[in-house]
Amino acid sequence: MTDSETRLKALMLRGLDGDAAAYRECLALLGVRLRGYFGRRMSGAPGDVEDLVQETLLAVHLKRSTWDSAQSFTVWAHAVARYKLIDHWRRRRIRHALPLDDHAEFLAADEPDPGVGLELSRALETLPDRQRRLVNDVKLTGLSLAEAGARAGISEGAAKVALHRALKALAERMRRADG
Amino acid sequence: MRTDDLIDILASEAQGRREAAPPRRLAVVALLGAFAALSLVLGWLHARQDLAQAVLGPMFWMKAAYTGLLGLAGYLAVERLSRPDGSGRRGWVVGACVFAACAVAGLYQALVNTDVQAFLTMLQGYSWRSCSPRIVLLGLPMLGLGLWVLRGLAPTRPALAGFAMGLFSGGVVATVYGLHCPEHTFTFIALWYSLGVLALGLVGALAGRLSLRW
Repeated sequence: MTDSETRLKALMLRGLDGDAAAYRECLALLGVRLRGYFGRRMSGAPGDVEDLVQETLLAVHLKRSTWDSAQSFTVWAHAVARYKLIDHWRRRRIRHALPLDDHAEFLAADEPDPGVGLELSRALETLPDRQRRLVNDVKLTGLSLAEAGARAGISEGAAKVALHRALKALAERMRRADG
Repeated sequence: MRTDDLIDILASEAQGRREAAPPRRLAVVALLGAFAALSLVLGWLHARQDLAQAVLGPMFWMKAAYTGLLGLAGYLAVERLSRPDGSGRRGWVVGACVFAACAVAGLYQALVNTDVQAFLTMLQGYSWRSCSPRIVLLGLPMLGLGLWVLRGLAPTRPALAGFAMGLFSGGVVATVYGLHCPEHTFTFIALWYSLGVLALGLVGALAGRLSLRW
């Protein structure tokens, strides 16, 4: 566990300093953990697992300023995942008890195949045209923000702001999706 | 959408402007909230007329210390509860100790007087009816702003986080209210000030329960 924590934390710290490659690696590692964590607790609903993984990654990204870097990153990420799982059950009116302190097990590395999240695509469809096109340009065509912005006729700074708004809107729509 | 695609998008934001951490955002809330309360006190209630003399005496500052410490307790709790893995324990302990100290001082002041009538007079002060409601009113702008900021953070216990935000707001604005309020006994403060701050905490808990989901 401590090895994994050391690695994740180091990657996250570099990510917070603007190292996109380290940040991507951190999120990818976290995605594997989340898939295992949700998968073990949501037997019978495999289609929901990937949706929840994506919703949680979005939350980790948008809420990362609430991680106190003097504390464990694993414990923080586990708390986000746990909250999202309980929220998911609450929306589906399922009652379960989740231990607060199973973050050691949160790191257990079994690696089920990632599926495809449907909810995120659905949420994307409901975004205003401009935001959706921006997300698609950055995602599918791998354009940089500057290029995607240029294509939309806005500056890189404006594209940054628009992308951030789009992510916030996506998080909100996913949360309400199965309410 | 594939999760890897999502991760690519998120990673493209790694260099974006990062949002400030909770302490800084809460400091802004306190600053704006105190300013709103100050405007209300000066424009609506007006400063107490003997303010110039009052600031020379100890009780003006004891009162400010009490409410300031209550606000600090609220801050300590909400700063932790705004994070998914945070516990407000340290704030609750500080708040309980500060209140207990004031309550003991209030009881002592009251009991030194064996006269029941004097005790009641002390308890009611000049403004017992209006004190608590005014603290709640003065605190609503800060509480509203604070809850809005909390929505952007990551509280996983919405009612507790809302309560802590109410305690934080109540402590800050009650300190500002001290510029108007002429009351000068621990007995009065321990009861009516505390009730006002507590009521604001309960408003925060209720509103938090309803609004702090993410």
